[in-house]
Amino acid sequence: MRHPNKTTRQLPGDLAIWIFILAELLVFGVFFAAYAFTRASHVALFNQYQQTLNRESGAINTALLITASYFVVRAVQAIKRGDSKRCVNWLAAALLGGGGFLYFKMMEFADKAAEGVSLSTNTFYMFYLSLTFFHFMHVILGMVILFAVLLKARRGGYSAADHTGVETGAAYWHMVDLVWIVLFPLVYVIR
Amino acid sequence: MNREVARVSAIWVLLIALTVATYAAGKAGLGGPVVMYALLLSIFIKGHFIIADFMGLRNAPRLWRWLVHGWLVLVMGFIALAYLMGLKT
Repeated sequence: MRHPNKTTRQLPGDLAIWIFILAELLVFGVFFAAYAFTRASHVALFNQYQQTLNRESGAINTALLITASYFVVRAVQAIKRGDSKRCVNWLAAALLGGGGFLYFKMMEFADKAAEGVSLSTNTFYMFYLSLTFFHFMHVILGMVILFAVLLKARRGGYSAADHTGVETGAAYWHMVDLVWIVLFPLVYVIR
Repeated sequence: MNREVARVSAIWVLLIALTVATYAAGKAGLGGPVVMYALLLSIFIKGHFIIADFMGLRNAPRLWRWLVHGWLVLVMGFIALAYLMGLKT
């Protein structure tokens, strides 16, 4: 017989999103391993061209994603209290953080394009461009999900008793942040 | 500020501080195995708090906590192994 007082451990959000998150983590994990093992046989090349990356942009983007994730956590906390208005405000702030990430990332890509860098320039740039662009697309998808949640929250679609959708959107956004937490040191710093 | 808000706010400060430290290591051009291990430790600390507190898996069924933490440790293991292989080339 289940112990009545034992708090049941609950997975936040839908089970489906967590299956999707695991699949995405698997793909990124393979991508990271491919980068790391390719670097192992091209150390000088990777170390040389890593120096051409805009680390300030990478660091600012890391801070933006972490801060946006913090805002999303505050949004979930707010809706758990039934406070839709604050939930919407925190989600809007998170979207601003995501927008900032996209802006700095696009500036970075534009600079590289202006220098004539492309996927075929060399192996390092092929990994750098494909990995960061792949993540860039996930940030956009994460923002679309958060925006949909924001609209529903604004219509009063969530409450203290029913907020699975907010937790689902939050979980996906945090995955996008978690992946960047690995990507930034791996590509921009480790040498 | 209630306890939960205070906790995630403190975690946010820690994550930003570790990001600044990571950036500083890169800016200084630090390299080598010791720095790599330090950066992996920073990745693990940041990843753990995102998984446990931001994603909320601290209160989730143990399987899910282990799956996502397991992913992080596995990826870090590959990065370390590949780095050490690179030292030999």
